[in-house]
Amino acid sequence: MSGLIGPQETVERVLALSRADGCLVRVVERSETNLRWANSTMTTNGEMRSRELTVISLVNGAAGLACGTVQRSAVTADQLEDLVRASEQVARASQPADDAGPLVEPLADHPGSADWTADPASTSVAVFGSVAPALGEAFSRSAAVGQRLFGYAEHAVESVFLGSSTGLRLRHDQPSGQFELNAKTKDFSRSAWAGVTTRDFTDVDVTAVDSDLARRLGWAQRRIDLAAGRYETILPPAAVADLITPLYYFAAGAREADEGRSVFAAPGGGSRIGERLTDVPLTLRSNPAEPGLECAPFVHTASSWPATSVFDNGLPVSAINWIDDGVLRDLPRTRDWAGRTGAAPAPMVDNLIMELPGASAAEPDLVASTERGLLLTCLTYVRVVDEPTMLLTGLTRDGVYLIEGGEVVGAVNNFRFNESPVALLGRIAEVGRTQRCHGRDMSFFFQRAAMPSLRIPDFNMSTVSKAS
Amino acid sequence: MTADTGSVGSVPTIDPEFTGLPLRALAEVALGRAAELGAGHADFRLERRRNADFQLRDGRLDSSSDGLQVGFSVRVVAGGSWGFAAGVDLTADEARRVAERAVAVAQVSAPMNSERVELAHEPVYADATWRSPYEVDPFDLPEAERIALLAEWSQRLLAADGVDHVDAHLEVCKENKFYADLAGTSTTQQRLRLNPVLTAVSVDTARGVFESMRTCAPPRATGWEYLTGNGWDWEAELAQLPEWLAEKAKAPSVDPGSYDLVIDPTNLWLTIHESIGHATELDRALGYEANLAGTSFATFDQLNTLRYGSELMNVTGDRTTPGALATVGYDDEGVQTQSWDIVRDGVLVGYQLDRRVARLAGMGRSNGCAYADSPGHVPIQRMANVSLQPAPDGPSTEELISGVRRGIYIVGDNSFSIDMQRYNFQFTGQRFFAIRDGKLAGQLRDVAYQATTTDFWGSLAAVGGPQTYLLSGSFLCGKGEPGQVAPVGHGCPTALFTGVNILNTAREAGR
Repeated sequence: MSGLIGPQETVERVLALSRADGCLVRVVERSETNLRWANSTMTTNGEMRSRELTVISLVNGAAGLACGTVQRSAVTADQLEDLVRASEQVARASQPADDAGPLVEPLADHPGSADWTADPASTSVAVFGSVAPALGEAFSRSAAVGQRLFGYAEHAVESVFLGSSTGLRLRHDQPSGQFELNAKTKDFSRSAWAGVTTRDFTDVDVTAVDSDLARRLGWAQRRIDLAAGRYETILPPAAVADLITPLYYFAAGAREADEGRSVFAAPGGGSRIGERLTDVPLTLRSNPAEPGLECAPFVHTASSWPATSVFDNGLPVSAINWIDDGVLRDLPRTRDWAGRTGAAPAPMVDNLIMELPGASAAEPDLVASTERGLLLTCLTYVRVVDEPTMLLTGLTRDGVYLIEGGEVVGAVNNFRFNESPVALLGRIAEVGRTQRCHGRDMSFFFQRAAMPSLRIPDFNMSTVSKAS
Repeated sequence: MTADTGSVGSVPTIDPEFTGLPLRALAEVALGRAAELGAGHADFRLERRRNADFQLRDGRLDSSSDGLQVGFSVRVVAGGSWGFAAGVDLTADEARRVAERAVAVAQVSAPMNSERVELAHEPVYADATWRSPYEVDPFDLPEAERIALLAEWSQRLLAADGVDHVDAHLEVCKENKFYADLAGTSTTQQRLRLNPVLTAVSVDTARGVFESMRTCAPPRATGWEYLTGNGWDWEAELAQLPEWLAEKAKAPSVDPGSYDLVIDPTNLWLTIHESIGHATELDRALGYEANLAGTSFATFDQLNTLRYGSELMNVTGDRTTPGALATVGYDDEGVQTQSWDIVRDGVLVGYQLDRRVARLAGMGRSNGCAYADSPGHVPIQRMANVSLQPAPDGPSTEELISGVRRGIYIVGDNSFSIDMQRYNFQFTGQRFFAIRDGKLAGQLRDVAYQATTTDFWGSLAAVGGPQTYLLSGSFLCGKGEPGQVAPVGHGCPTALFTGVNILNTAREAGR
């Protein structure tokens, strides 16, 4: 018989054991499965279950409110008391927390309060039921035409249970899935890639993706060498996601901007909120209820980090426009920093959508209206070079195509780029239709994005890469 | 057999909280069930990982956490295919279920598998133990004491002119692993590592710009003694950091072009990591990482012929160097760790291997590079400690600088990026000192160096002596799908490279 008890019971027992001035309990049950392949054969795979219990105790000391956070995986019922006492001991010995504040109180119809008692969600390798045979067929097709397939499929479900001494009992099930397929010629000289995100793999059409890659490999039969320089470039949604996500995830905190230490700091002090970043009237927003990109409607975190605070656990998360009509409207902000600055709290949301109202051009339309330019596929190894400007570097990958007279005429070499997404916003020449996308480089930690294609008239391909 | 490097007198080698878990009992159930179901190979791994992490902002605690992760996994080869499953419930029933799921996953994968999995042979090690050497376990200290040290250092920096903010971060990891397989190997191991970093920030509010500089102390596989003066001169570095930051904030912007570079080991380790370490992972060179980080220009057909760099270039791989982040007694496939040559006199002569790739490529034995970063992840081939060897009678850093007419001396790592075949890279650093006629002539800003790997290593013109050698590394090297992180060590001396392309990052940003 298992020594583990269910997540809901764990929450109740921990809160009952707590002797602290406040207590937060977060249980994350994770179930995941994956398949990986290379050279048109399976390599690794897996089906895993894990559980993480976080107890955060708050103790009011002489100098202020301190918190102690301990985390354990798979704690049995008889181990809970020791864990709670360990958390309290850490809190008693700690300095007051810099972001200390009262815990969130439950609201009527608090988002996430329904279905508290339901079992955690789970997945298994069966989720790949239709993908696996289709992959096998794709392997056979690729072998027959002298190509090789590489890729990865993953499905995970996290059930988060959050309880507090103020009475919160919140729960959220988060499915996440991705499917990536990379086709190469046998000599590795030509390569094409496509990736999709999915909630349940019922919408993943392996055959369609495989066909698209075969088409792109065909584009690459003619090879053209181009020198480094600035080129008119169409960035597809996946590439846009990999440029905008670092800006949101690493550099957008309101506190850092107000303190003068981010790209959104304004000369003379304060932040750049209210500044027009682009003449294009686009919106960059987040919405936990966005269809297809649904995410947690409340804050849940095991630790504080820029723009997120443990004291905000349970705080309802709402739709928010970070950029509206091309103007910077808000930045992620904890309740603590909001209180210190007189602004409203703006918790981070685990999705990001960029769109231009009325934009309808799909990739073929953008290609057809290009006299001469480049069409990218995706980016790789995107890293921050200079924090004050958010200058990013990275490489193009798996298909850089030359467009002439509205048609793709061949593939060119890869490049290293150096560009700041903030600067790019100010140079957008055209915005396409927004679609759900899979940012290949950032997918390790951010998986829910919808972006448009962007036409940039002078994208900085800084140096040539020999890689193929 | 015991390969115990850590016991000192009567001090226990492995934490009893780990050895008291039902390691062998669960292994027996899991391996037995896998064998019943027809697995030709099965291994069981139970891990206990303790991670403490805290961050201070301007000397005040911003966040702290202390996490313990315990779980196990079963990996099988059934019908020629891999199968892997993991669980967290430490019971016989769960061990049996996980073994059954691993075999089931292998069966699902089999129709898509055209490459039969076979493993290189490894001797059997029954009841082997290993512990990394350290003096003071940070987890034996009260958290308040650990935080207090970094708070004091933060306040010291904040008190200096020109320092407006200080971020301090310390991560400590203790890793326990038990491994057993159907061949009869069983290993019980423990290792400890820590990563302390402080960053000083100077803000020019009027102009809306800021500058930062980070400490260069590398992460280490050692104990708390590292923060109290054993292995790094914290007092000296903290005393100088504000002055260096102030100088950088006022430094002139670099003129882009070709320069000779004297690269300090605090920066060069990362170039080694990206351009040699990853490029010589054989699974990558054979295409098995193609979908994520890519492949390698150092293809297998070029073993023993590829001119990687100048004849001064000698690079080794190992998982045995004391204090290095990848060091352990046995890898996560039960292979005893070793050391070997990767580049000798500038020519590629070796790779990093796991058991499957070693067998696939006909390389004989694995050199012990299999690692999983959690109980719920499958072991994959990870980077060893990859190190550039010093010249036995080589020059000092000052002597290397004195021989440069026009160049830049680069200290500390920062931004890094390399392409998917490990050719085109671009790096920045913490401090860039102009060299004019053999002397340092003040800092420069907006500097990045960019090159193609074999051109760069071909321009290696001088290698420092042992007195310049420093062991550095990364706490968080990323690889694999699902993504995993691994600790990796890199030792190197100061080295001179000629005619390297320097970019001005401000101009790249269009400023």
